[in-house]
Amino acid sequence: MRKLLLKSVLQTPLTEPAPAADEAALAELAHQVERAAHRRLGRSLSIREVDAGSCNGCELEIHALNNIVYDLERFGFRFVASPRHADVLLVTGPVTRHMEEALTRTYAATPDPKWVVAVGDCARDGGLFASSRACVGGVAKVLPVDLHIGGCPPSPMQLLKGLLALMEIRR
Amino acid sequence: MIIERRQWQQVAERLPAGELALVALWGEPGCAHMAVIDRRTHALMVFSLPGERFPSIGALHPPAIRLERAMRDLHGLEAEGAPDVRPWLRHEAPYAFLPAEGESLHQIPVGPVHAGIIEPGHFRFTANGETVVRLEERLGYTHKGTEALIAGAPLERAARLAGRVSGDSTVAFALAFAQATEAACSWPVPERATWLRALAAELERLANHFGDIGAVCNDASFTIMHAHCGWLREQVLRTAAELFGHRLMMDCVVPGGVRADVPVDAAEKIGALLALIRARFPDLVELYDETESLKDRTVDTGVLTTALAEQYAAGGYIGRASGRAFDARRTPGYAPYERLQFEVPTVHAGDVNARVWIRIREVEQSVALVEQIMAALPGGAIASALPGGVGEGTALVEGFRGDIFAWVRMRADGRVERAHLRDPSWFQWPLLEAAIEGNIVADFPLCNKSFNCSYSGHDL
Repeated sequence: MRKLLLKSVLQTPLTEPAPAADEAALAELAHQVERAAHRRLGRSLSIREVDAGSCNGCELEIHALNNIVYDLERFGFRFVASPRHADVLLVTGPVTRHMEEALTRTYAATPDPKWVVAVGDCARDGGLFASSRACVGGVAKVLPVDLHIGGCPPSPMQLLKGLLALMEIRR
Repeated sequence: MIIERRQWQQVAERLPAGELALVALWGEPGCAHMAVIDRRTHALMVFSLPGERFPSIGALHPPAIRLERAMRDLHGLEAEGAPDVRPWLRHEAPYAFLPAEGESLHQIPVGPVHAGIIEPGHFRFTANGETVVRLEERLGYTHKGTEALIAGAPLERAARLAGRVSGDSTVAFALAFAQATEAACSWPVPERATWLRALAAELERLANHFGDIGAVCNDASFTIMHAHCGWLREQVLRTAAELFGHRLMMDCVVPGGVRADVPVDAAEKIGALLALIRARFPDLVELYDETESLKDRTVDTGVLTTALAEQYAAGGYIGRASGRAFDARRTPGYAPYERLQFEVPTVHAGDVNARVWIRIREVEQSVALVEQIMAALPGGAIASALPGGVGEGTALVEGFRGDIFAWVRMRADGRVERAHLRDPSWFQWPLLEAAIEGNIVADFPLCNKSFNCSYSGHDL
């Protein structure tokens, strides 16, 4: 282990420079966000991820945000284990009928002020599964959504740009 | 093959003895289907029994129980004499968990919303102090009605849906669906396409195994492995994006071939990736092997016996870590693997440590396979057009998690009449319940990650 640690100390960081906030996301957020609440929270946002029936593709890329290349925590974001600790719900999937109640209850358990970010094409409008009787179709059908990050799945860089817009608008 | 009740029963009777392994059991309105593989000849056979009722397989062979519950939920088919008739993929009435009786027992309900970035499912633990006495899973939360959407869909849409049964195995599912469609229509695939498919499949295996090796160590609080493996995984995904235009390679394998060819400098990009893995990965393997505090968590934890792995015909690293040396790339096998050299690593210990080692060995095998594929990649076309034709076809493809079974029935107008896609998790989830018994609750995340079953793949 010492060998590996020494190598890590000697090499330059593998983390990529921060991208600019996504313009489209900034525009979507500009209409919806209460600035007063943002100032109170400062540059720190806790995220609770909720899979509302995704194929797990979005989860893989959300996971990647935590790797050393994207290193989400350097921007003040943190994934938390409970909605009670969260400021942001990051929701994926076409919202299956079987996850609808769990999603609503997770939202209810999240203290105000809170934001909902719908991740992926399924979360936007049901995507490929929009016509399924087993799906409600789109997070906005169940919860008020503040920001959509599209993609199937969105790349970690797209996710990062969207989340940075959320942070940006709060300053 | 359409058979009668008596023959259905005869097939069922050969399952418990282990002569036949159950590969899949599914339904459509008015017909039950069963796929089995002969353990001796490795022949894959599909039997169909018309009617709304069929003699229960689960009554003789427990691995079939959840499949029969799903058939009832999705198509109203009745398994006569079934030992468990609770709904499975359809959630309506309050669910009756199985009782556990004894002194000083308490229950811990977990999920469907979990603490990490994980798919939804419910786990009901019954524990005595810290020790798990019984785990009962309740799944179906991500049920999206995928097969109902595929029924009657144009081929292109059906293939995209197949590629989203389980996002982590999108290449393997798209490949299984494509092969089954091609078998149904006697659709020839250009040779180059089969090699590019294998390249994508091995890259997918590499990415997932790196992710899993790191994540298992992370669940034992050994984050340095997680950091390094996460970085290797990222490099694989970036190379995949450069070669196939998508990090997870979604929609790259299509019926008839592959969607697009790789760029001209693909060999250099792959060469750089393999050189990187070969330079970095051995140090990580050594680190895993030499960290006693880590192995203290993984050795002897979550043991799955060979008998259970065989009974459930558990695929992938779960089966191979418990002595079941099955790999669909070998048996029944498909192109181009018959022209490639690879081993199927197998051990018998059946614990978390064994499942980590199988993944490590498979990383090494996949690196060698990718190199062979690039060296022998033939030229020519990458796809061919649908020749038309109706019929049924099947395929068994080795995803990173295990063997994926696909069955497709094509219509004359080029649409898919019906399809069934069976994730390996169907036969792995029940084994997690067995493997966790007698372990402490705190070791559940570790055991669960070492299995890494798919929720979406199972829930369909």
